[in-house]
Amino acid sequence: MSQPLMVNRYRWYELIGIYAGILAFLTFILAPFVEGFLVSLKPLSQLFSSPYRFIPQNGSFEAYRTMWVSVPGFARYIFNSFFISTIVTAVVLMLVVPAAYAFARFKFRGSGHLLGAFLAVNMFSGAVLLIPLFRLMRSFGVLNTYFAIIVPGVAFLIPSAIWLLRTYMMRIPRELDEAAFVDGASHFYTLRRVILPIAMPGITVVAITTFIGSYAQQFIYALTFNSKTEYAPLPVGLFAYFGRQEVIWNELMAASFVGIAPAMIVIFFLQRYLVSGLTAGAVKQ
Amino acid sequence: MSVQRSTVIFAWILLLPALFYVTVIVAYPLVDTFILSFTDASLKKTTKWVGWINYEKIFNATFAEVIIRTFVWTFFSVSIKMIIGVFGASMLNAAVPGRALFRVLTTPPWIVPMAIGIFMWGWMYNGQFGMISGVLQRVGFADGPIAFLAQGSTAFWATIITDVWIGVPLVTLYMLAAMQSIPQDLYEAAWTDGAGRFYRFRRITLPLLIPSLITMSMLSLIATFNSFDIIWILTRGGPSGETTTMIIDTYRTAIGSNKYGEGAARAVLICIFLSIFCLAYFRVTSRLSSGENR
Repeated sequence: MSQPLMVNRYRWYELIGIYAGILAFLTFILAPFVEGFLVSLKPLSQLFSSPYRFIPQNGSFEAYRTMWVSVPGFARYIFNSFFISTIVTAVVLMLVVPAAYAFARFKFRGSGHLLGAFLAVNMFSGAVLLIPLFRLMRSFGVLNTYFAIIVPGVAFLIPSAIWLLRTYMMRIPRELDEAAFVDGASHFYTLRRVILPIAMPGITVVAITTFIGSYAQQFIYALTFNSKTEYAPLPVGLFAYFGRQEVIWNELMAASFVGIAPAMIVIFFLQRYLVSGLTAGAVKQ
Repeated sequence: MSVQRSTVIFAWILLLPALFYVTVIVAYPLVDTFILSFTDASLKKTTKWVGWINYEKIFNATFAEVIIRTFVWTFFSVSIKMIIGVFGASMLNAAVPGRALFRVLTTPPWIVPMAIGIFMWGWMYNGQFGMISGVLQRVGFADGPIAFLAQGSTAFWATIITDVWIGVPLVTLYMLAAMQSIPQDLYEAAWTDGAGRFYRFRRITLPLLIPSLITMSMLSLIATFNSFDIIWILTRGGPSGETTTMIIDTYRTAIGSNKYGEGAARAVLICIFLSIFCLAYFRVTSRLSSGENR
């Protein structure tokens, strides 16, 4: 960022207004997480007592221990989520990198329409197509396997990945391709040895956003196409804390935080790439 | 000539895998939905062609209600998302210390698996022991416990607020990016001419944001219209159907009661609405861009 300009200098009351606005905004965003964390510290008896108390009395991390006991398969759910998201990300990248390059570099008849058709996929959430997808998964014989969650997951992450990566690749100077081409390099060689290395930061951003998207959106496919607990991902697995009588809320919250911790750590380290990459893809040049 | 031809062939080779995948997993099911909607497909082995019967069944009394409810729900959710998003973006766009941290703190609802955020809200809405009801009673706004998800009117707004919460981060970051792409010299010129901060926001920021606002509203509209997880986890469409949107209704009919044919007809209707939104969007954007060129 450039140095603070005169135009950006705030008076004291403006500063107060801005910070108050940010505080209100972030309170809305973060309140559920704060409350969720406090719930995870409270003993169940205190949770189910009136009147409501915000701050836990003799709170402890007990729920973070008992959650593994009440739902022994929980580690498996985290593993499933990671495994599914990793495969989905890998498949999306394999499909999207060449496609994005084609859209970024080559103009051929119908390329605009084709790109539009890809983007139109975003219009239909999986929910609209569940019935035929269910029949399709059944005829592939992949119901109640990892593939039942992976296969539809990939399809609905392709459009935004193509869009993001295409935007990134369009900013790579065309002269590079042409120079390689003049030197007698084939198209494939140019893509593999010239474009891919330069596009790596963009590919990384797409990989991260795809991973997040997949990690966040496994619910509906897992709910509909898989009924085996051993393949259930985190969002469905958490329902194990919904007992017959009551929900074990403190353990549910503890498990939620444990479940998102690995993803949050990854994101924390990569967020610099993430925000810059997103904003680059979001705004038309 | 032949160089060009080989280039085109190369481009198609690059596109083919993704194209094939999307055709099988999205385009084919879309066609299949359309065909299914004219049959009585269910768990039975045989399916019969039934013509328009599924569509006639849809237009009974309750379904009109579902459609209207879906539109009202979507309208409020998208509007509130856009208002909070633009507000948040303009706050985060201010050059104040700590803004990098504030931007990161905006992302969690979007990054965390949706189900987890929804569980947290589900607990906060709890009438006996939840935070919102508890705080309202403490402050004196409520006399007794309010079970937000147990009554139709409050459940309707509760699901909207949760949907807003999940959608706001993306809107905020997108609008922030759009604000940052506005050339700084415009503000400096206006400032030199003595324009105040609010005047600059109204006369520079807002007009230049309009294309991004339209795009984001559109993306948000599609996502919200398709919103499933939030309502399903919080209320399953209840109490007594008062949060049942078209998606929930479709899911219930098709997957819940195994009436694939009737479900497919509902899905086709959703697709029609979505296509109308998209057409309207292209109309508006093309008019905007032609206006710019003049």
